[in-house]
Amino acid sequence: MKKHSKIWVSVIPLYIFTLIFVAGPLIYMIALSFMTRAEVFGVVGEFTLDNYKKIFEPIYLKTFAESLKLAFTSTILIILLGYPYGYFMAKLSSVWKKRMMALLMIPFWTSALIRLYGWIIIFRSNGVLDSVLMGLGITKDPLKLLYTYPAVVVGMVYALLPFMILSVYSSAEKMDWSLVEAARDLGASPMKAFLTVTLKLTLPGLLSGVVLTFVPSMGLFFIADILGGNKVVLVGSIIQEQLTKGRNWPFAAALSVVLMIMTSLIIGIYRKVTNTKDLEGLF
Amino acid sequence: MSEVLLDLVDIKKSFGDVEVLKGISLGIHKGEFITLLGSSGCGKTTTLRIIAGLETPDSGKVLLDGKDITDMEPHKRDVNTVFQNYALFPHMTVAANVGYGLKIRKVPKETIASEVEKALQLVQLPGYDKRMPSELSGGQRQRVAIARAIVNHPQVLLLDEPLGALDLQLRRQMQLELKRLQKKLGITFIYITHDQEEAINMSDRIVVMNEGVFEQIGTPDEVYNTPKSSFVARFIGNANIITCQRDGRAVTLAVRSENILINDPDNCPYTATVLEKSFAGGMLRVVLRLQSGEEIVASRHGINIKTEVGETVHTGWNPEHAVEVEE
Repeated sequence: MKKHSKIWVSVIPLYIFTLIFVAGPLIYMIALSFMTRAEVFGVVGEFTLDNYKKIFEPIYLKTFAESLKLAFTSTILIILLGYPYGYFMAKLSSVWKKRMMALLMIPFWTSALIRLYGWIIIFRSNGVLDSVLMGLGITKDPLKLLYTYPAVVVGMVYALLPFMILSVYSSAEKMDWSLVEAARDLGASPMKAFLTVTLKLTLPGLLSGVVLTFVPSMGLFFIADILGGNKVVLVGSIIQEQLTKGRNWPFAAALSVVLMIMTSLIIGIYRKVTNTKDLEGLF
Repeated sequence: MSEVLLDLVDIKKSFGDVEVLKGISLGIHKGEFITLLGSSGCGKTTTLRIIAGLETPDSGKVLLDGKDITDMEPHKRDVNTVFQNYALFPHMTVAANVGYGLKIRKVPKETIASEVEKALQLVQLPGYDKRMPSELSGGQRQRVAIARAIVNHPQVLLLDEPLGALDLQLRRQMQLELKRLQKKLGITFIYITHDQEEAINMSDRIVVMNEGVFEQIGTPDEVYNTPKSSFVARFIGNANIITCQRDGRAVTLAVRSENILINDPDNCPYTATVLEKSFAGGMLRVVLRLQSGEEIVASRHGINIKTEVGETVHTGWNPEHAVEVEE
């Protein structure tokens, strides 16, 4: 019993830290979302549900829908690009694994914002992309890609792809490849073996990659701001706007709470799916 | 024996600079239990993988039932493998594992269910269909791996050290069961092991492999009693390899340790010093150094060699127990 109490003591700082920096702000945010905006600055402690009602105004519902659509599109693209990358990286020799890993990591040494500004240079009218395409005679006029929906999607995919790759890689790395040989030996074509064995066994990695990309892509407002101008508005953008320019803290808090509930739901689904060990394969 | 079912013709295989198989040839008969016996790295697993189609030989041919299958993809071959680590699909139940091959070949569901049940009964695991592989013991996983292979009724079943991870008692029991199963099903078994006892217990024929070549192919009796080379004699019978003069030329003789005589009135022309005496596994082992400097081992059941370390003894062997082998 003494041993247990000692472990408990060593955990105390962690609890205090969590209380101050996680639970505290969370409770503050939830409380804030039920309060009333002050005339000039700050909040008044008057209970109201108006902040939540406001979310159901068409303009905000539309923003939620657009955020979900963007997150969905980005995630699909990230899966299509990131899964093969992570899968093949796991099959490389250890030297090449290190090289590919370095390629993934090097961009992180620069600020994400600066890297996004790089995309402006590529996308803007008569920018890098236009020069190349027009120089090759593929397009005649500038594409005017900057400040469009596709530009934001590219930015999201670019920013979040590494998380999918690493997540798929870590589960593909643990794969016992003799299982694929066993499937081939039992009569499965390469495609069938992939679908029934490899994909099933790397599914946890794929799904955690989805959580790591889908959830942030609803909130990464600065990508929408920088590459989408004011044309693509995300929930994250509104929260930021209401908090700074709009000075409507309670409404920003209410939006955050809803976003958090959506995120929790997705993570809940993920946990439910990956916890079912009785994925019976083919049956 | 009946006709040749599987024919390996002069197969060579290298990985990088290492030549793993140096031109091996072997005809395997229908219904035969054949064992590839050798230490690790001798090329036995590569041979098996070439038969399964998981590896392509650099040259040579694999013929199954007269058809050239050298370049045929693994999933099209009528050959199944029991892998060394079992390679059970961890995300599928026992039933799904066993039924995998049938399911892939689009066998009707009811047929799969009954075939799976039959196969599980054959390996004495009835009622385990809903378990996951992680819930099974090593021996049970082994049985599932066997069931998963035999349920497809392949022409040839390849077994890569299937009992290697089991404890001795279970291994003995599984040897008998496998042999019984093979007789019952009439499937050709190609079995890999580094355990000479296992090879002798189970096989119709043994192929002794060494560094990518087949040193000797023969019945357990032939391989044990008339080894062709010093390697085979050492590997199969733990024989002493002794060089001596016979009719004016140097010959290499293989004499098994139980046939080395000590202070026998006849057949003991050599003088030797006792270096070591040890008792293990019901056998007393005595290491002797001959005057030529060669060391030989004598062994007996029980502890009835009456000699002590450091003593000088007379030793030798009955000529009929000495087999002349290639160097």
